[in-house]
Amino acid sequence: MSDVLLEIRDLDAFYGDAQALFLLSLALKRGEMLALIGANGAGKSTLLKSIAGLVANKRGEIKFQGRSIVRRHAFEIVAEGIALVPEGRKLFTSLSVEENLRLGGKVRRSGNWSLDAIYELFPVLKDKRNVPATLLSGGQQQMVAIGRALMSNPELLLIDELSLGLAPLVIKDIYDLLPKIVQNGLSAILVEQDVTRALRVASRFMCILEGRVSLEGKPADFSRDQVTAAYFGT
Amino acid sequence: MDWVNGIVQGVLVGGLFALFATGLSLIFGVMRIVNIAHGDMIIACAYLAFTIIQLSGLHPLVSLLIVIPIASLVGYLLQTAILNRTLGKDILPPLLVTFGLSIIVQNGLLEVYSADSRRLAAGPIETGSFPLARGIDIGYLPLLTFLTAVVVVAGLQFVFYRTEIGRSFRAVSDDPETSQLMGLDNRKVYGLAMALCLAVVAIAGVFLATRSNFDPFMGPSRLIFGFEAVIIGGLGNLWGTLVGGVILGVAQAIGAQIDPGWQLLAGHIAFLVILAIRPEGLFPRGAR
Repeated sequence: MSDVLLEIRDLDAFYGDAQALFLLSLALKRGEMLALIGANGAGKSTLLKSIAGLVANKRGEIKFQGRSIVRRHAFEIVAEGIALVPEGRKLFTSLSVEENLRLGGKVRRSGNWSLDAIYELFPVLKDKRNVPATLLSGGQQQMVAIGRALMSNPELLLIDELSLGLAPLVIKDIYDLLPKIVQNGLSAILVEQDVTRALRVASRFMCILEGRVSLEGKPADFSRDQVTAAYFGT
Repeated sequence: MDWVNGIVQGVLVGGLFALFATGLSLIFGVMRIVNIAHGDMIIACAYLAFTIIQLSGLHPLVSLLIVIPIASLVGYLLQTAILNRTLGKDILPPLLVTFGLSIIVQNGLLEVYSADSRRLAAGPIETGSFPLARGIDIGYLPLLTFLTAVVVVAGLQFVFYRTEIGRSFRAVSDDPETSQLMGLDNRKVYGLAMALCLAVVAIAGVFLATRSNFDPFMGPSRLIFGFEAVIIGGLGNLWGTLVGGVILGVAQAIGAQIDPGWQLLAGHIAFLVILAIRPEGLFPRGAR
């Protein structure tokens, strides 16, 4: 068995009438953490949504564990082992914290993550388990969103805008927990505005510029200026 | 004493209105469909019970054991085969399709059963009653109808807030995109919601048909009663819907006391007054 978990080849994706991704290719190994960076509107979210099955209008190939998922529905893809933490958290407003988490575990994949394990990772959520999820602070909501995704015991975790809108101290807390989140060989693709932070935790990065890959590789192999140039296209 | 009796009877009729209304409320709550054919579905279930009773000789209430599963299955198929295709950002397509469905059901029933009005004979409980106080007699059937409404509302409340499928209903209603990321196939969830709705519709249809005569064109006015109960009670609140049904029933009873011709008018006036004073209803969602 090859250790390539996710393979994307020549992906075109469309957002409405506009093309958001152009012939994008990507291979992610098992256990890898890939940081996806790029300016607003570069296509990072579209790429995550395409993998998760939320973008229907796309061409090309997406293989997960050797199987094509490019034509599968979002609700089938999560059962295959890909979980998305959506941009803006998108917690269910009429559900409590615990109900949100339980719903995340609905696909019933086997693995180490359970309600108890999530509460151990984020102890603050245990006290608020019966509180409507939307009454929590931004950081706690992000914890619920991450916990909800982990509850499906994914092989691949897609995190869209981990730190957006959070206080600096909260961001640090969540980043400190990241190694625990991706334990046991979990692979992750992280979309992040804070490039410095993203490059510090990721084993590899990919910069997207206007829907095309402008730079990719190991963070250590590139200078700050090279990354900046790829980021802004200068 | 006539007044008190009238109000008590009105409360009991309110249970029937609540049965009309809860299915409507459920469907709107989960998938934002305003089901114009809801009243016709109630009448169609009454005819289904009529046929089953003719074939088997079962008591109307026992016939529910057959009517409910058939109605639920039809509801699931209707949702997954037709109504799911109408869902989207625009609320007009489901409105038009259920409006068309309403006409099809009415004329289908007319074709099969003729325009004669029918009734389901429920035996002794139909006319039996016991005295609650001097001048106030409680009929067994109206009481049973009301208690059934309470049980249905309590049951739906339990399903919505205590079970996995209820969580799914609420999640799909909150955010139909993110719900798919939880592994939910929205189309199936909608189908199950319609199946549950049709189960309640079947109960409403059979109780309606044991209480009064019915004919193929009675649906739209039941739809109006249902709508009024939902709006009075506040959208998305099941217990509120029960209270809405009771208020409607009592208003009609008071109107009937003043003048028998005022019965329906009084119900509509009560609805309009509440709509004018509290457009969000008496117990809007979030106040539960």
